[in-house]
Amino acid sequence: MNSRQKNRIKDRAFKYLGIFSTSIGLILLTVFIGSIIKDGIGRIDWDFLTNLPSRKAEKAGILTALAGSVWLLVMTAIVSIPLGVAAAIHLEEYSRKTRWSSFLEINITNLAGVPSVIYGILGLQIFVRTMRFGGSLLAGAFTLALLILPIIIVTTREAIKAVPSSIKEASYGLGATKWQTIRHQVLPAAGGSIATGIILALSRAIGETAPVIIIGALAYVAFVPQSPTDEFTVLPIQIFNWVSRPDHAFVVNAAAGIIVLLAVTFMMNGIAVYLRHRWQNKVNW
Amino acid sequence: MKNYGFSIVVLVVVAMIGCQSGDSSVEGGLSGTINIDGSSTVFPVTEAVAEEFRSEAPDVRVTIGISGTGGGFKKFSRGETVISDASRPIKESEAKACREKNISYVELTVAYDGLAVVVNPQNDWALSLTTEELKKIWEPEAQGTIVKWNQVRETFPDEKLTLLGPGTASGTFDYFTKAIVGKSGSSRGDYMPSEDDHVLVQGVAGDKYALGFFGLAYFQENADKLKLVGVDAGSGPVKPSMETVKSGSYAPLSRPIFIYVNSDAATRPEVIEFVEFYLTHAASLVPDVGYIPLPDSEYTEQLTKFRNFVKSVNTTSESE
Amino acid sequence: MMKTKERIIEAGLKFSSLITVLTTLGILWVLLSQSLVFFGEVSIIEFLTSREWTPLFENKHYGILPLLAGTALTTFVAIAVALPLGITIAIYLSEYASAPIRNTFKPLLEILAAVPTVVYGFFALTVVTPFLKGILPELATFNALSAGLVMGVMIIPMVSSLSEDALRAVPNSLREAAYGMGSTRLQTAFRVLVPAASSGIVVSVLLAISRAIGETMIVTIAAGQQPNLTFNPMETVETITAYIVQVSLGDVPHGSIEYRTIFAAGLMLFVLTFILNNISYFVKKRYQQQYE
Repeated sequence: MNSRQKNRIKDRAFKYLGIFSTSIGLILLTVFIGSIIKDGIGRIDWDFLTNLPSRKAEKAGILTALAGSVWLLVMTAIVSIPLGVAAAIHLEEYSRKTRWSSFLEINITNLAGVPSVIYGILGLQIFVRTMRFGGSLLAGAFTLALLILPIIIVTTREAIKAVPSSIKEASYGLGATKWQTIRHQVLPAAGGSIATGIILALSRAIGETAPVIIIGALAYVAFVPQSPTDEFTVLPIQIFNWVSRPDHAFVVNAAAGIIVLLAVTFMMNGIAVYLRHRWQNKVNW
Repeated sequence: MKNYGFSIVVLVVVAMIGCQSGDSSVEGGLSGTINIDGSSTVFPVTEAVAEEFRSEAPDVRVTIGISGTGGGFKKFSRGETVISDASRPIKESEAKACREKNISYVELTVAYDGLAVVVNPQNDWALSLTTEELKKIWEPEAQGTIVKWNQVRETFPDEKLTLLGPGTASGTFDYFTKAIVGKSGSSRGDYMPSEDDHVLVQGVAGDKYALGFFGLAYFQENADKLKLVGVDAGSGPVKPSMETVKSGSYAPLSRPIFIYVNSDAATRPEVIEFVEFYLTHAASLVPDVGYIPLPDSEYTEQLTKFRNFVKSVNTTSESE
Repeated sequence: MMKTKERIIEAGLKFSSLITVLTTLGILWVLLSQSLVFFGEVSIIEFLTSREWTPLFENKHYGILPLLAGTALTTFVAIAVALPLGITIAIYLSEYASAPIRNTFKPLLEILAAVPTVVYGFFALTVVTPFLKGILPELATFNALSAGLVMGVMIIPMVSSLSEDALRAVPNSLREAAYGMGSTRLQTAFRVLVPAASSGIVVSVLLAISRAIGETMIVTIAAGQQPNLTFNPMETVETITAYIVQVSLGDVPHGSIEYRTIFAAGLMLFVLTFILNNISYFVKKRYQQQYE
């Protein structure tokens, strides 16, 4: 067998390895979620979705937690996406490659590794106490935004880096300014990958428990938030709370709560993926 | 760009729709916000009270956090909360912090948490243990030395002793070590700790030679998988139950759990109403969440204590 | 007119990037102010060299090594899972799979990153550990292996999605040149595309490592709460993050020396990841290539 045939076999083998690897992740995913769905799906009904928390497992519902999670997610997105993308654009396109910019780069990757609890403590000091937001959605959104900012910045930078400079040069050659080039050429070209980073970042934010508890998110609240300065609770806290109760019926509630949380996350992911798909199809070189 | 805007609008609309559960305003009646935070152990009791209170005074917003007893006291000492849930009494450093901010408070006992010592159902030898034996098992010197059942009592089997218990940052650990070993935090380090009592249940249920301790409620929910050990504090073995904990005969492992109310309460009718509601309804609500109510006479005592506190705060402020 | 608008925009962007510096300063301030008080009472030597961590017991030892070992062990297991699988998936999806397959599987995998960590934690404890106990009877109920494996699965999409984006961004001209010379997809992938996309791939791996080090809930629930200086993943350990959560949400009084230990531990983690990132940055700079 000559080397060409050997290479073909290796190629084939890798293909199956690839299929296997991809499937493993998904099989595990199905097992994870399958057992939860089995435990919790029976509990989900309109009552569960619209009831307030209660000490009686049959009466307890996730209305306030669901509303809180959606509010928090939207607010976090509004704060973190413009900040993160803007910071990445600045770092990649505007700042000169000095020691300072290297330091910034290392700093940001470092921030991605700080435990979420520490962000919670930071948020408590700065947003809740010093800036007097209290234990409100504002404090929660800003804290989570800081938490996920490094992810958005890093992935957006890579996305921008991957745009070939020939595109940028062509744009300058036609007389466009730096910002015009970025706005009309670079960002659209990088849009798909930027969306990937945002999806990963927001997915992280919606599942966070510890930092949100520390800044003052509640475990019991009997009203749905009406404004960004209201207090709130979120699904992960409710789930965490229920799972530690002795009554087995609460564990079923927790499973149902997890299904709702996953549903919200998947919906969000789905919208973003759809947008990314449409974006990427426009760009091909 | 347009597409992003649209999806954000969609999400916000969905959130708004979720806010359709309007608050029905009752004409007249109490209103205001009562901020509570603290122990996740006491949380279920306070939640039950808040839930029932909703029908009494629908315009009063009660919010409850679970930052932990320590975190709760920190907020309490800064005046950020009016009531603090606590699974242990306030410590001197925390009391000092309150004094510095001119916050006076009253400590109210609201229930008992019985700590059950449990073993595997197949364990037919450790039907009861004396407090000295428990101490022998759990004290720091036991680490590495008391590793078999027959080292606890000669008649026990010559088998490995597996120990499970709550995590070291919890009030339960604090209380158990103080009550059994004599000093808070004084314990051997080689046992299996977990903050999750379900895990402790599983651990004991799955190992014939295991011994663990946790809240009585967790035993009651899993009585088919566990066996209760009688604790002998000198007057014969006693098993924890609603009656023995309430009467005080299950000692020393009945721990009281508290709420602390600050002086701000005295000036706010809705808070006074809430605390009184708490103490008058605790006897019926506490069993719902797995804890044991105080004897009725003690609840009356706590109520008087609270009323005196309110009076004293109001007279002091009047005389200023 | 255009110039002013450009200047304003540039200033706005610069401000955004400064937020990250402010965040770091904020975190350092929070960690340092409490740590300095802590180190006034506990010697740094003991902190760095003692092999026991027992601040919540009566007999107090303040050695950070056991917690560090816990973090290192769980992270190592996670990366050992996520790195090979993630890169293989990335290459497969980018070079082998057809568009419909890629467009279905990539978002499905991203869902792995969206599952709340609390859920993963319980999954590790109640499903993975019993399963592994069947194969490895020595396995402790709380162990670094289950937690690490599940963490690894969680961060696969970080490696796979970002690497795949990086690979796809490599210009087709390079691919076509390689195929034109008779290379198989495998050869093209490993010899041409991966080096070209190395910047993006390395970044995804670094991000994944950072994520694993900073992960809180999975290790709190499944790895254990017994600080243990060991390199055996089958034993119970406690990570720095699990310890911080345990104390900050527990019943320990704030302002006590026991409470301040979480800041010292957090500072240690921060310093270590900083050193790690510095090393990786310089390694990356040396191997970066640029294609057009």
